[in-house]
Amino acid sequence: MGFLARERQVAPPGWNRWLVPPAALAIHLSIGQAYAWSVFKTPLEKSLGITGTQSALPFQLGIVMLGLSAAVLGTTVERRGPRWAMLMSTIAFCSGLLISALGVWAGQYWVVVLGYGLVGGIGLGIGYISPVSTLIKWFPDRPGMATGIAIMGFGGGALIASPWSTSMLTAFGSTTTGIGQAFLVHGIAYAVFMSLGVLLIRLPSKEFTAEKEALLKDRPKATVAFNVSANNAIKTPQFWLLWVVLCFNVTAGIGILEKAAPMLVDFFKESSTPVAATAATGFVALLSAANMAGRFVWSSTSDIVGRKNIYRLYLGVGALLYLVLLTVGSTSTPLFVIAAMVILSFYGAGFATVPAYLRDLFGTYQVGAIHGRLLTAWSVAGVLGPLIVNAIADAGKKAGHTGPDLYATSFYIMISLLVVGFVANELIRPVNPKFHESAAGTAQPSPERDEDAVAKWNEAEAADAAESAEKQDAEGAVKK
Amino acid sequence: MSSPQENRSSTLLLIGAWLWVGLPLAYGLYRLFLNAAKLFV
Repeated sequence: MGFLARERQVAPPGWNRWLVPPAALAIHLSIGQAYAWSVFKTPLEKSLGITGTQSALPFQLGIVMLGLSAAVLGTTVERRGPRWAMLMSTIAFCSGLLISALGVWAGQYWVVVLGYGLVGGIGLGIGYISPVSTLIKWFPDRPGMATGIAIMGFGGGALIASPWSTSMLTAFGSTTTGIGQAFLVHGIAYAVFMSLGVLLIRLPSKEFTAEKEALLKDRPKATVAFNVSANNAIKTPQFWLLWVVLCFNVTAGIGILEKAAPMLVDFFKESSTPVAATAATGFVALLSAANMAGRFVWSSTSDIVGRKNIYRLYLGVGALLYLVLLTVGSTSTPLFVIAAMVILSFYGAGFATVPAYLRDLFGTYQVGAIHGRLLTAWSVAGVLGPLIVNAIADAGKKAGHTGPDLYATSFYIMISLLVVGFVANELIRPVNPKFHESAAGTAQPSPERDEDAVAKWNEAEAADAAESAEKQDAEGAVKK
Repeated sequence: MSSPQENRSSTLLLIGAWLWVGLPLAYGLYRLFLNAAKLFV
């Protein structure tokens, strides 16, 4: 199709690269709605007569599908280009919301699960990786900042959706009719909002490749002189070490996020300054702000200090801060709040910096596809983190523990995970040249590299088109 | 070299695109800080 052909996605001369971040944000701010799913939980439970576990299932399936679709479709997304990927993401994500509307109106819980979780989840996965890999190509001089902007958008999506969805449910009512209407409006509004991303997104042109040399002049460290394919990347120890780093960093963040409000109350229950439940809500909001800000601030800092060093900070200082919470956290509320905010800023930053780390290790050639495969670490952490914290807190309550003691064991586990992550980060070395792609693997830094990659994809696409034309001809012949 | 008119429309597109994503984000942040303020009340 013309509009979606890869060559039509290449930027015209003079295209401003600062148009790419809003295109990426249009997608990430929308799909980030998934993190505001909790707004729909209670109304769904009451109107459909389902349990809390059942009402959480559409979200959980959505996150699992995010990881799976990013891993499975990553190579296709790279090959088809970002416009195709963003359009597919828009169609899948918004269809998921519209199918959910139909499911609620019909009183069919499983339709909501399949609509929001399965169909919408595919939209989450495609929409998450595509803008990130495109931004990396446009900002070779600041890949950390670029990916920080997009992934900050994913965190920001929940900030927008949460109050917006609440107001909508208040206006329409929390009945099946009202919830269905809310899903319908969400589906339509997000389709309009995401269309900006589809229309604006562009791949760098030849002209930009020439400019890239000038951009990289002051940043020799930002140059990546080789490319590794997604299939080869997963054969390297670097990929799996980074998988461990991401998985454990995310698990440690979830350790606080999952129980933030009750944790603050429990820590200061027996102190002279107990914390009220309303104040704990404010604490959760502050953690969300830290999570979002960390994505941009720390990821941008990684462009200056290097990816390995910034992960030393996330994992090493993160472990120390957990220790601070455990030992002196209950002595001062400001100290507790600040330490928890910094831990959460590292949690968000871990997500945001990882694509730039992948680009440093494997080049830009199939970074989106490699990122997609790495996101399976998130799916595992999403299950592991809440499981550890909730199971240990429940066991602690049964054993009669109170206050900070309730969380001591899970904090020790989080510290251990962060230490393992720290060691894994230390073990990361440059990728063995045998995994480098032959076209660019032996080349010195050259402005032609990305063009080579684009040409390679264009050839693949042309071959695909020829193959499908042949297939159609053959089918036509059979029908005739 | 692009003409002044092209430059102008390019700048307008840039401002429009950032407003498109910036305004909803500003609304989200405003609501977030209203909530966060509860910690200090």
